[in-house]
Amino acid sequence: MLKYDSIEELVKAATQKNKKISEIVLADEAKHMEKNAADLYAKMAENFKVMCASVVTGMDPKLKSTSGLTGGEGYKMRAYSDKTKGGLSGEFITRAMSRALAVSGCNAAMGRIVATPTAGSCGILPGCLVSLFEEKGYSEKDIIMSIFTAGAFGMVIAAKACIAGAEGGCQAECGSASGMAAAALVEVAGGTPEMAANACAMAINNQLGLVCDPVAGLVEIPCIKRNVSGVMIAFSAADMALAGITSAIPVDECIDAMNDIGHAMPASLRETAMGGLAATPTGIKLRKKVFGK
Amino acid sequence: MNVFDIIGPIMIGPSSSHTAGAVRLGRVANKMLNGAKPVDVTIDLSGSFARTYKGHGTDRALLAGILGYHSYSEEIRDMLEIAKQDGVHYKFVPKDLPNTHPNTARINIIDDKGNKYEVQGASIGGGNIRVDCINGKKVDFTGEYNTILIFHKDRPGAIAEVTNLMREKYSDVNIGNFRLSRPIKGGEALMTIEIDGMPPEGMVQDMRKINNVTNVILIRVI
Repeated sequence: MLKYDSIEELVKAATQKNKKISEIVLADEAKHMEKNAADLYAKMAENFKVMCASVVTGMDPKLKSTSGLTGGEGYKMRAYSDKTKGGLSGEFITRAMSRALAVSGCNAAMGRIVATPTAGSCGILPGCLVSLFEEKGYSEKDIIMSIFTAGAFGMVIAAKACIAGAEGGCQAECGSASGMAAAALVEVAGGTPEMAANACAMAINNQLGLVCDPVAGLVEIPCIKRNVSGVMIAFSAADMALAGITSAIPVDECIDAMNDIGHAMPASLRETAMGGLAATPTGIKLRKKVFGK
Repeated sequence: MNVFDIIGPIMIGPSSSHTAGAVRLGRVANKMLNGAKPVDVTIDLSGSFARTYKGHGTDRALLAGILGYHSYSEEIRDMLEIAKQDGVHYKFVPKDLPNTHPNTARINIIDDKGNKYEVQGASIGGGNIRVDCINGKKVDFTGEYNTILIFHKDRPGAIAEVTNLMREKYSDVNIGNFRLSRPIKGGEALMTIEIDGMPPEGMVQDMRKINNVTNVILIRVI
């Protein structure tokens, strides 16, 4: 049985058996949960189906959040991407960005999403994986399997550090999601378990210290757009890892650093909406607009 | 923890604590109703729930749970209208409930026969909940296990009668957690029993027949 107390454990177990991380995780979870592997795979497939559906829901141009502060960003980004044939960053990336915006917007508008690992960071995995599925021709099965890898990395992060903004800031939510997504991307693209670990490390390192400062305490500003940067960071980390670039600091130490940084963050920057962007004059004005005081 | 605690749940946004957790709290009240129709619902909201419930849809989420919907039901968004159409009168009251978790709701329900129910609990993060109070009695359970609430008179042997029944007739049932709440000596008391797996057919009915037991409510995993 795996302990999920380090990424090193996952990499070693997979490398020894010459298997993908997702394969050893699925087998291990089936044993641990006393279910058969096919059922767990089906459950993950259902999660992926919901991710794809929330991209579609979130692309509605008329989408509005409950507070009225946000909405329609996914549509705008997609329209821009189509019109300009990919804007500055290219069609693939601008479309991936539009998917992250769509899913996060779907969440803010009380649509159905998969919390990966949280609702606030729910756009990052779909932004990465639905894009690979719809545009790069990778098989649905490989993509669904890779979510087990993402989930296992998330379990380690949750065990060693945390995945809640109230505990560790946005680095714990979007940072974790981005690290998980980077590992999954590497696996789908055929990289080694070692590369997946490096990708996760580089993604996390690029979001260390990111605070959780939601305007009006709502999962909208700046959360929705941080899902976009989470996607961009995941892709760049995955590509770096696939190119053979490694993280100088091993991933497990990066996760420990994230935990230490989270503990050093003042409460005002951990989801209390009392600091950062939430405490700016405009942030306060927006809060009053929604809640009246 | 398993992989689906990280990848999942499938839920209606925007917040696992303020939306998904709120639905689950409402579902505890729904189980209390045991099929009865709620006609009057008053919900006190405390702490962060009181300050941000409108933006997070906490109000709709709580109502959805009370009416039996799940945290993944897309109807949550339209729940204020759905409740109205169902003839449910509802009211949300921001209120400071001292010494409670920051995300606390107190749900008061009157059903169509005039029976009253009260559930107080907190959404403690990630969609997880803790139920603190049922019909004025302190409890402490999470809804992660099937939970049996046994309302009874505080008499010697009352607990033994329940556990003896379980040992003699339902010996496969394992108790994971047991708690007794007794505000007044010799008065109304409440046993909370969390069990592994589903309660066998007939167990709850048999418990209702025990001397001094006034009511038994089963709250299935929510």
